[in-house]
Amino acid sequence: MPASDPLDRVLRIDLSNATYEVTERLELFAEALGGAGVAIRLLDEHCPQGADPLGPENPIVFAVGPLVGLYPLASKTVAMFKSPLTGNLGESHAGGRSAVSIRMAGYGAIVITGRSPSPTYLVIDDERVTFRDASALWGLRSSATAGSVLREREGGSGHRSILRIGPAGEAGIRYACVITETYRHFGRLGLGAVFGSKRLKGIVIRGNRTLPVADAAAYRRRYDLLFRAATSSPAMRKYHDLGTAMNVLPLNEVGALPSRNLCAARFEAAEAISGEAMAARFLGRRLACSHCPVACIHLAALRTPHPHEPYFYKTSMLGYDYELIYALGSLLGVAEPEGILRLADEVEIQGLDAMSTGVVLAWATEAYERGLVTAADLDGVALAWGDADAYAKAVRRIVRRTTDFYRALGRGVDHAASVYGGGEFALALGRNEMPGYHTGPACHVGFLTGSRHSHLDSAGYSLDQKTLASGARRTEDEVVRALIAEEEWRQVLSSLVVCFFARGLYVPDAVSDALAPLGVEIDPEGLAAIGAATLRRKWTFKRREGFDPNALRIPERICETETPLGRVDADEIRRLVARFAAILSG
Amino acid sequence: MAKRLFVVDVDRCVGCQSCVFACARRAGVGGTAGARIGVRSAGGMRKGFVVVVCRACADPPCARACPTGALTPRDGGGVQFSPEPCAGCGECREACPFGAVFWDSVAERPLVCVYCGVCAGYCPYDVLALDDLGGRVHAGE
Repeated sequence: MPASDPLDRVLRIDLSNATYEVTERLELFAEALGGAGVAIRLLDEHCPQGADPLGPENPIVFAVGPLVGLYPLASKTVAMFKSPLTGNLGESHAGGRSAVSIRMAGYGAIVITGRSPSPTYLVIDDERVTFRDASALWGLRSSATAGSVLREREGGSGHRSILRIGPAGEAGIRYACVITETYRHFGRLGLGAVFGSKRLKGIVIRGNRTLPVADAAAYRRRYDLLFRAATSSPAMRKYHDLGTAMNVLPLNEVGALPSRNLCAARFEAAEAISGEAMAARFLGRRLACSHCPVACIHLAALRTPHPHEPYFYKTSMLGYDYELIYALGSLLGVAEPEGILRLADEVEIQGLDAMSTGVVLAWATEAYERGLVTAADLDGVALAWGDADAYAKAVRRIVRRTTDFYRALGRGVDHAASVYGGGEFALALGRNEMPGYHTGPACHVGFLTGSRHSHLDSAGYSLDQKTLASGARRTEDEVVRALIAEEEWRQVLSSLVVCFFARGLYVPDAVSDALAPLGVEIDPEGLAAIGAATLRRKWTFKRREGFDPNALRIPERICETETPLGRVDADEIRRLVARFAAILSG
Repeated sequence: MAKRLFVVDVDRCVGCQSCVFACARRAGVGGTAGARIGVRSAGGMRKGFVVVVCRACADPPCARACPTGALTPRDGGGVQFSPEPCAGCGECREACPFGAVFWDSVAERPLVCVYCGVCAGYCPYDVLALDDLGGRVHAGE
């Protein structure tokens, strides 16, 4: 990087003492690019072994990379922390304006440790960190209000990002999220609860600067090639037109859309909740992350009449995508888009991860049906498939922890099932609630082995669908090696940090070519080596924190309900996981 | 004919800021600080966006406010900037009701649109266009 590029600046903030310092860590960024590569190394440095995820010792690391602020679709921030949901490596990515704002404020990474004596929010710019009193913001009923207050109180509109938590984060719900720019989230694995444990209500980060390059003419040429590809490629168009919600119908068609707690993998109302139907009936606006021309963020305009007063209406703009429609729709048997959106509104107000919330509620519904829990446990809310308003009531009770049962639900489905039974239909893999793909063995192996138990780690769902399309079965070794290769490469993308939706543009040669004008000479082999090393770092961290690939729980339900590739065999999954572990540990 | 930048349809703006980066990139750099165009939310993203461009006023208040003659009216509307006389006082920035006089906080100099239209070329949704001044009146106006 040119010497004046501030990417190597690491901002460390200690909430306990309200102090901060900036250190230049050129060697770190030279070794690991940025993003995930730098974040796992900083997590290693700052997270003591066996740290309590909700204790002051658990660090929060945010990191961006060399392409952010310079190239299109380099739009993501990587957050790393110890997850209060899994008790192990937590990694979550978000876009919005977060990545560009961190880069424009002049930092490559931010590490937050300690616990504030009283509620606080941070204002970060290139000159200072200000510790602002947030005691009046603590306990607000809605995450949106906190966002509005920070928006109006702090300057820098257009050049800033506003991160905040809702009531769920304050209450330490283990799958509380951090919301940025209202419609983007550090969604998975409970970063919101870690914020809450630190009494950190939010972060405003702002900046405006120039980033130098080594070869201006080559930089502009590379930029134009990537920009044109991003705006003309059919592969990107699908994200723009219907968004990821376009996946509802094809996944339903092949029988991979989990429905009613995965009692089935097709949903009879898929048409009604499809991306096509959502766009036709509700699409109200599309948004983009900073520096992304694709604009995959889809907002539904929902008009709801006041329950008692005529001529009063509330019009809400609510984000939706495939995973939300799966988790709050098909998985709960909610057949009307209005119901999904009302439930999404409540999840958003509370500041919860929509995917974990849906899986938790689906398990609770089945547990109630089977008599494992009582109406009293449910505090009078009779959960039933399709009843979105009952689910919204349950969401509020999870955050308020009105009974022991709701308190258990707030710790995740794995924990709840360990107390109340019903583990065989508790859809968590590696203690993280499953995403909306029941495509075959590779997706489930990916959920179990991926460094953050996410479908985005190794894209097993994509591998299954390719197997389905080609009709040719892969050997077990081929499946495992394909998952590892994909996850290694994704470490590179998430170190740059490029949105995974742009993976078709940022192939290895294109990444090398994009880095060269910045003065960073790395060939595709060098990139591959960085990806492989970063993945192994994460694996080592996980093993250190107690991850045991031989002790993973495989819920029976995923082996009972047929996938497009037939029934998944638990022994096969165990063999694949063992193979994965052997390769990564070797 | 003098050209100016024109916001054709702000309702199609998705807030990607590709225009902002394009403007800064004219100088062969990344980042946003060199841009003479701004995109911000209209009070939260659910309400959409405000795109701030120089509308090339016939009688530009920024030029009138300039005490040193660094900003002068351009034939046909808008302004041109000569760095030498500029004292960096910032009066021009205060005078523009749209906030379309941006600021180089390193050089302490205004950043004003040069009406080149590069930004419009990078708008994926045709929010921006370069337009002839005079003669034509857009339906949107």
